[in-house]
Amino acid sequence: MSEAAVAIRGLRHTFPGDRPVEVLDGVDLEAAPGAFVSLVGPSGCGKSTLLQVLAGLLAPDAGESLIEGRSTVGEPGLAAFMPQKDLLLPWRKAIGNAVLGAEIAGTPKDEAREQAMSLLERFGLAGFEESWPSQLSGGMRQRLALLRTFLVPRHVLLLDEPFGALDAITRREMHQWLQEVWASDARTVLFVTHDVEEALILSDEVYVMTPRPAQIAARLAIDYPRPRLPSIVTEPEFVADKARLLAALDGGLSPERSA
Amino acid sequence: MAAEAPLIERTLPGGSGRLLSRWGGAAWQYMPAVVLLVALVGLWELLVEVLDTRPYILPAPSAIWEALLDKGHLLPNHIQATATEAVLGLLAAAVGGVILAVLISSIPLAQRVLYPIIVTSQTVPAIVLAPLLIVWVGIGLESKLIVVALVGFFPIVVSTVDGLASADRDMVALVRSMGASKLGVLRHVLVPSAVPGFFAGLKIAAAYSVIGAVIAEWVAAKEGLGIFIIRSQASFRIDQIFVAIAVIALLSIALFVAVHLLARVASPWKYANDQGENGS
Repeated sequence: MSEAAVAIRGLRHTFPGDRPVEVLDGVDLEAAPGAFVSLVGPSGCGKSTLLQVLAGLLAPDAGESLIEGRSTVGEPGLAAFMPQKDLLLPWRKAIGNAVLGAEIAGTPKDEAREQAMSLLERFGLAGFEESWPSQLSGGMRQRLALLRTFLVPRHVLLLDEPFGALDAITRREMHQWLQEVWASDARTVLFVTHDVEEALILSDEVYVMTPRPAQIAARLAIDYPRPRLPSIVTEPEFVADKARLLAALDGGLSPERSA
Repeated sequence: MAAEAPLIERTLPGGSGRLLSRWGGAAWQYMPAVVLLVALVGLWELLVEVLDTRPYILPAPSAIWEALLDKGHLLPNHIQATATEAVLGLLAAAVGGVILAVLISSIPLAQRVLYPIIVTSQTVPAIVLAPLLIVWVGIGLESKLIVVALVGFFPIVVSTVDGLASADRDMVALVRSMGASKLGVLRHVLVPSAVPGFFAGLKIAAAYSVIGAVIAEWVAAKEGLGIFIIRSQASFRIDQIFVAIAVIALLSIALFVAVHLLARVASPWKYANDQGENGS
């Protein structure tokens, strides 16, 4: 049996302050190597906090956060993290942004550049390597941020609502495209979203979180054949699973929820 | 991606005529200032003529021009001395200013200790400091450099500190999540974020550096526009003083423009969208 790529056990965290905010209230989660796992929950439920813990940017009050068996507490850099905003560095051209993570991880510059150049086509950025981020469209910026994340030489990708800011049409394209990229890459993805359909289209497994303080409300394995086309959203099985996830989300919204 | 195709036209601004029209635009933009300046000089000439003002009170622009032609051969040495002091002093101000700014931004104690001292240092007029410096380090280049650097480092420190503080916290977090050290965060996020602020401060310092050098020379020097002014004053050559004023103004403007151009080279991303630079 192989070790989980991502493992979270009994994670608790409260943001201190005049009015302390209890965000995570004992969250358990696991992702097998190579799996695409989504985390769905209402806005502000602590999904991003969870990713920050996994990214090593935030030390939790209690519980374990492991990437490939190593604790992320006080140790950033174990996984490739893509925050909600694209956060492209305005002073680096597209190609420079693409190789940023690889560069920091110690990949030789030429090698990182070569690798990035070979992926530009697949990320829909061919011909734009010398553009400044301010010259790119929203969709291109997002793909560039994804490319930057993919080029970080780590086995686990943490993606925080990467398509949240995109319009519905671009988003659907991105779903198809991300499936292809992921299928050819064989890395573990932990994908945070508040969009149930998005989670169902992309994932092998979906976790549903309750509102703050967050716990896991439901866990659902998704085994539709891949690749999954946009039309899948009208399949009966898909609709049934969507209803199940929505019920879990709503159940979490009522005061007397069952965890 | 195919869906992005129309965007290519939108993101690639400008054509070949763009640069030309930019220069034309600049000329047009500064035209009123030039017209006003010419008109004022003309009025000055006219008033001196009509009121028959003594040349040792206020010489006419034409007399100043003649003084330039007459004594112009004396100027290159003085200009070279003053320009050297100004440029080297500005360089010292930039290096010192950046070091102080990094200290202040990265060490809280340094901020509490240094900031008040730095602000206080600016309350001592350069004209008071210059004679002291001559007593301490002598009449040579060093005393002038110190005056110029003291005048110039303040705006550089303040705006570089602001620039470093303006760095996007999320970008810092991102780079940290990639495993970057403190030095890596400084190099990849903080320093580039501070570049525009640093140059804003450097521009102000550049505009004042020539004046700083002249004030320092004023007190004691072997060469320089300051000493040229003192000598002209001693011989009641008001026309020569005006020549010096014009040269000082031109020197200051030249230095300011040089820093501005340097800023463009050093932060090309700030100007990417009006340069017609593109990625295809």
